[in-house]
Amino acid sequence: MSDQFQGIEPMVYQSQINVPYSWWAGDTATRFFVTLRDEKKITATKCGDCGKVLLPPRKICPRCFTENMEWVKVSDEGTVLSFAVARRPFAAIPADKKVPVIWGLIQLDGADTALLHYLDGLRPEDVSIGMRVTAVYSEARKGTIRDISHFKPVK
Amino acid sequence: MDRAAIIGVGMTKIEKRKISQTFADMAWEAVNKALTDAGMTIDDIDNVVTTSSDFWDGRTISCMAVGDASGAAHKNISCVEGDGAYGAFYGMMRVLSGSYKTTLVTGHTKGSESVSSLITNAAFDPIYERSLGMDMITACAMQARSYMHRTKTTAQQMALVSVKNHGNAFKNPLSQLPLKIAVQDVLQSEMIADPLHKLDCSPVSDGCAAVIIAHESVAEKFKQQPVWIKGVSFCADSFFFGDRDLSHARSLAEAAKKAYAMAGIRDPKKEIDVAELYDAFTYQELLWLEEMGLADDATAGKLLEKGEFNIDGRLPVNASGGLLSGHPVIAAGLYSMGAVVRQIRGDAGGFQVKKAKTGLVHGVNGLGGQSHCVFILDKDK
Repeated sequence: MSDQFQGIEPMVYQSQINVPYSWWAGDTATRFFVTLRDEKKITATKCGDCGKVLLPPRKICPRCFTENMEWVKVSDEGTVLSFAVARRPFAAIPADKKVPVIWGLIQLDGADTALLHYLDGLRPEDVSIGMRVTAVYSEARKGTIRDISHFKPVK
Repeated sequence: MDRAAIIGVGMTKIEKRKISQTFADMAWEAVNKALTDAGMTIDDIDNVVTTSSDFWDGRTISCMAVGDASGAAHKNISCVEGDGAYGAFYGMMRVLSGSYKTTLVTGHTKGSESVSSLITNAAFDPIYERSLGMDMITACAMQARSYMHRTKTTAQQMALVSVKNHGNAFKNPLSQLPLKIAVQDVLQSEMIADPLHKLDCSPVSDGCAAVIIAHESVAEKFKQQPVWIKGVSFCADSFFFGDRDLSHARSLAEAAKKAYAMAGIRDPKKEIDVAELYDAFTYQELLWLEEMGLADDATAGKLLEKGEFNIDGRLPVNASGGLLSGHPVIAAGLYSMGAVVRQIRGDAGGFQVKKAKTGLVHGVNGLGGQSHCVFILDKDK
């Protein structure tokens, strides 16, 4: 860099992109969330071609590339396939969550794919791959993924 | 099929905060270094591909904002959103299309100006997942746990990747974070997201890299020795984490297999001399090595302990210091490409490996390596 910039302290501008979005959930997710909110049931879509039960539910089977899907109910109970523990309060963590926050990849009985959600009601040291957990529903349900409060260990 | 070669590379130093340079200033520096390296002027370039991400740049249509500094005025300029390796793939396709002869490909990012956690959280599905608050680090922590569980890879073995790569960085003046550390230092560094310690994670970085890709008809017209693209492929896995086997990277295995086949490589363990892999986190170097068939399943940690991936080992991996020593997201794949090109030309300086006829470059896009791009580069056409 040439000498003309010597002694110049670069300036810093504070800014942000702030754009509100409205996500149209579509028919499939809407049905999933209505059932979750009103009936406290977790539902998934089953591919009529390969028989796989997909959770989160999808309108199309990504493997078979077909929309030959039917709705099925899956269990509230399942198995932890993996998990992560946030120790630092990362910016993306919701304000009502305090670290350590534990997320699990949970395969519910009756589903062929796994769901991301919180694991709670236990210490991070006590989580293990293969452990059995069950859904705890939120008291106030609004038709979002957080209508499930978290998954807790099966006693 | 026609052939393409890389005939020039240029990279800025990777730094924690490039406060004296805007995105365009970084591009100007990298592009001019690449032109000098190739022995070309901007008039010798007939088209430009820029690689960037609007969220990292904090502006929409970010790719067009570095066009002027990349000499794209009145030329055909196009963009790729994702890792630079994908930009190079597109750049190569353009010269193979018959419409162009020389593509300038750039990739830039400034991690220092924004908040990685918020940007990578926004990569999750907005309806089903995003509000849970995961991000790239926690996603990769989940993958690391899954990989460790399946392969019995230890925290010590993962830490050794960090020790090796930070050590290699002393030999690369462009690297941001050379560190003389021991396994214990990694294990005693802050636990950020179990099982990932601070020193298992790559740093926040700024940087821009540029490569020039030429059609074979002009590849030997300029002063620089061409490095030939012998094989390339990219493949993607399912978007949802729960649809994948996180402990593996099936799309990488597939991409590598196709790239080897195209390059005529039968035994990658013997035929690849040097590799730059996407080591955003320590476990990734080991997982990627296994998926690419450069180590047998569940053995990369043990081979690392034997020194096989050291600069003087059987297969030097991330001899440049890798992304653990400086991780300009988006530009990363082009930095890796630049490092391997220099190895093959024999001008990698302090991190030059002994034998470097055939090299492998690896780029990643998506959470936990949803998509992978593999290039096989060679000294011979």
